[in-house]
Amino acid sequence: MLEIKDLHATIADTDTEIIKGLNLTVQAGEVAAIMGPNGSGKSTLSYILAGRDDYEVTSGDILFNGESILEMDPSERASAGVFLAFQYPMEIPGVATMQFLKVAMNEQRKARGQEELKTPEFIRLVKAAAGDLDISMEMLKRPLNVGFSGGEKKRAEILQMKLLEPKLCVLDETDSGLDIDALKIVSEGVNALRSPDRATVVITHYQRLLDYIVPDSVHVLSKGKIVKTGDKELAKELEANGYANIIAAAA
Amino acid sequence: MMTNIETTPAEQMLGRLLPTRRTESFHYTDLRSLIREFPAPVITPETGGDNYKRIVDASRLPIFDGKFFDALKDELPAGVTLVQDVERPAANGLDDTLLAINGLGESDAFGVVIEGDATSEKPLGLAHMANSAGLTNVYHNVTVKPGANACVIDRYVSSDGIAHVSSAVVDLSIEKGATANWIIIQEENTDATRLARLNISLAENADLNVFILNAGGKLVRQEINVVVSGENANLDIKGVNLIGGNSHVDVTTVLAHSVPNTTSNQLFRNIMTGQGKGVFQGQIKVHQIAQKTDAKMACNTLLLSDDAAFYAKPELEIFADDVICGHGATVTELEDDHLFYLMARGIKERTARALLVEAFVDEVVEELESEPLIEALEEIIARWLEKNG
Ligand SMILES: Nc1ncnc2c1ncn2[C@@H]1O[C@H](COP(=O)(O)OP(=O)(O)OP(=O)(O)O)[C@@H](O)[C@H]1O
Ligand SMILES: [Mg+2]
Repeated sequence: MLEIKDLHATIADTDTEIIKGLNLTVQAGEVAAIMGPNGSGKSTLSYILAGRDDYEVTSGDILFNGESILEMDPSERASAGVFLAFQYPMEIPGVATMQFLKVAMNEQRKARGQEELKTPEFIRLVKAAAGDLDISMEMLKRPLNVGFSGGEKKRAEILQMKLLEPKLCVLDETDSGLDIDALKIVSEGVNALRSPDRATVVITHYQRLLDYIVPDSVHVLSKGKIVKTGDKELAKELEANGYANIIAAAA
Repeated sequence: MMTNIETTPAEQMLGRLLPTRRTESFHYTDLRSLIREFPAPVITPETGGDNYKRIVDASRLPIFDGKFFDALKDELPAGVTLVQDVERPAANGLDDTLLAINGLGESDAFGVVIEGDATSEKPLGLAHMANSAGLTNVYHNVTVKPGANACVIDRYVSSDGIAHVSSAVVDLSIEKGATANWIIIQEENTDATRLARLNISLAENADLNVFILNAGGKLVRQEINVVVSGENANLDIKGVNLIGGNSHVDVTTVLAHSVPNTTSNQLFRNIMTGQGKGVFQGQIKVHQIAQKTDAKMACNTLLLSDDAAFYAKPELEIFADDVICGHGATVTELEDDHLFYLMARGIKERTARALLVEAFVDEVVEELESEPLIEALEEIIARWLEKNG
């Protein structure tokens, strides 16, 4: 489903290379975990997948269902099924959350040639999804993410993911900021979306999340490259011993 | 439709008397160079027009080409009295060009007296519609009686493609303990010139909210002069200026706090596109005896085009010592981060921009009390952005 081939990318303003020859393949139905030290390029990779133009891909390719997405803008990628749950979701004053959700859902439906949702149907979907994630409708009346607590922002990301039903879900440290109950609720939300035609990339620092969302593969990212790939046992090893040995062995 | 406009010597003379940038308050809006040809007054007003549409349920007083058409008016709400042919303030020689212009031709001058609170349920609409090229003028004198609760929508619209010059002078008096919402909506065509002045006096315990939306016109000069002359009076002015194409929109306010314990708050949000030019001049004068005055003023501009420009000029003249006065002006662009977030959810760039731009001004619009009015204004704004964004 997702194939990243020898990807090199720089910060557009400064030409500093952050992603330095990264290879990663994730199959449909697979849950892949990406772990790695602070500053290794995990969020950068997620932004590049989503199409943020602060970064410039200098060589290599990203194939989604066999087709390169490098020329697509973020909205086209989203409509094609790429979803990024942000590590730091942005607060957008003045844009009502409900209005945003409705516009996003309908723009994607339009892009896919589906009929737009009518208001009652939309409200029903949001209520159901919000209920599952223990999000109050009161919160959704506020401007998008404005004044949401850290954990509320993360839940709101997963709410958007549930409503938009993407094909490739990229979760960037969705577990950080969540309390124990919320971690469980959010993980259940993610697991509910697991399906043979959907792939998930979970970026995390902690085994705790992977106890709930059990990965099929685990990849270690260091200095802009995947330096080791393994199964769920690799995450446990990292939890126990840290990155030093693995990174040293790869270097 | 008037086609045959000839400029008479009187108008030619007026054209030459228009203020230039050498007059301080016209520094950014040089009327003499901006108004190349000063047209003759419209003689035969024309009623109707495609753009003469209702936006909310209001009792409308129709004013076509500056002329009030009594026979076409809606039923007046209880407590509203019309006074035909009021005397307009005399121009102080030709020093005040706007008043001199306003007195030209056969323009109407009528008064409205509002008592009770019927208009707060169903607003009174001063529905101005320009259908003919040429000069049209109107003068209104509006009094909100003690304890009354009024809502007036003062709206200016014109037919497409008509080059008209319109002046409007409104004297608004909010008497003791009265509350009023005064909503100015300007949606004239992109060939229109509008010279407008709203003079306000606020008596003791009066509470006035002025909202102004500029969403049209080629050249607009809107002056708001306020004398806060009764203790415990409160004035709120909120404005949204949408300025694109080759438009030039100038809002100039002069507030005098002349007694103790009064408050004022001004907030403008401006959206600049194309080659638009915008001006906000806000002068606050606090008289020596006006202790405990609380006067605030803010002007925030969203610049969407490198070719557009906005000039903000606050001016505080404070002669009392125990006052709170503040002002702030900002100019920003759309945040790339915000745009990316919305697009990452599948929202197309154009729609995402529109959402963010609307959000910038809706924050002000949504503070109005009337839900239908908020919706109507948001629709006008969305339509403008669709055309100019
Ligand atoms: N726009 C930018 N401008 C400057 N430096 C950047 C930018 N984006 C990323 N970087 C740098 O690139 C490196 C990788 O950052 P990134 O956020 O991808 O790390 P990360 O692996 O997600 O770390 P963490 O675990 O702390 O979230 C860091 O050194 C960061 O400072
Ligand atoms: Mg990160």
